[in-house]
Amino acid sequence: MFIKTTDNMITKDEIIEIIFNSIDEINEQNRSSIPKEASTTLFGSQSELDSLGLVHLITSIEEKTEEATGKNITIADEKAMSLSYSPFKTVETLANYIKTLVDA
Amino acid sequence: MPDQTSHKPVMLITGTRKGIGNYLANYYLNKGFIVIGCSRGELDLKSENYIHYCLDVADENKVKNIFRDLKRDFGRLDVLINNAGIASMNHSMLTPLSTVKKIFDTNVTGTFLFSREAAKIMRKSTGGRIVNLTSVAVPLKLAGEAIYAASKAAVNNLTQILAAEFADFGITVNAIGATPLRTDLIKNVPEEKIAKLISKLSIKRLGEFEDVVNAVEFFIKPESNYITGQILYFGGV
Repeated sequence: MFIKTTDNMITKDEIIEIIFNSIDEINEQNRSSIPKEASTTLFGSQSELDSLGLVHLITSIEEKTEEATGKNITIADEKAMSLSYSPFKTVETLANYIKTLVDA
Repeated sequence: MPDQTSHKPVMLITGTRKGIGNYLANYYLNKGFIVIGCSRGELDLKSENYIHYCLDVADENKVKNIFRDLKRDFGRLDVLINNAGIASMNHSMLTPLSTVKKIFDTNVTGTFLFSREAAKIMRKSTGGRIVNLTSVAVPLKLAGEAIYAASKAAVNNLTQILAAEFADFGITVNAIGATPLRTDLIKNVPEEKIAKLISKLSIKRLGEFEDVVNAVEFFIKPESNYITGQILYFGGV
């Protein structure tokens, strides 16, 4: 599914949909079965993703979000890397973080 | 505007307004590539297969805009040549901080940003090629080139680490360690300094644009898919 917003605005649900699309890609590539749920852990010891998988996932989500909003974003920015609780922890926290980036 | 449906290879070269970048842009346009170029200033290069952007290579948002357009218009990038570079030959005790920052911004940050964004596109196909421009100033450790050489040493390290990181995506990253060429980069360097540098080479002459093309050709050909993380110095350094 390709999401294209008309006014550069995007809802959190649409961002979660983008993340799920990217998880589909990763699952297909790696023959993995990362669940498409808001609570899915993406980063840390509980994650099914290895470091390269996380790079693939974040890059794919960033690209899809840019296509949907027409706005340049860098998900792995200084703020993301300096927060005490990584925004990459789960699908939900990542969606929340991306929402702040596109709304900025 | 180039034909977006063509299967011509797409090459992005930074710093195309003059010197090596300009030569490479013309060379690869003549070879049938689509060339995307950039520099701080305008470039009137008359070819329907050339697109020019005016920007500072360390401006993240403008760099991302190039890649957004690239994705939209061509959907792929085959070769990136990180050529844009500046130098300031001076004793370190007479080098202002602003010069240090400018050199690192262009030579290191620019190379990093373009490589990072290029890898995001190149990861979708196999065979992406990134070629960085470094310098014999790194191994020769010449007095008067502290900051320039330090920035190119950073490019060397970047080349080798990006090569390791991007290998999973089938992207090779290599660097060309050029000797001085007759370009604006050395126009203010006294002749005796150039002569001293040449005396340290095994082959005692300035580099030529053709030497750079020869090395680029080697790194980007399909058969070089097992060559990555290499720094190729000219002149027997």
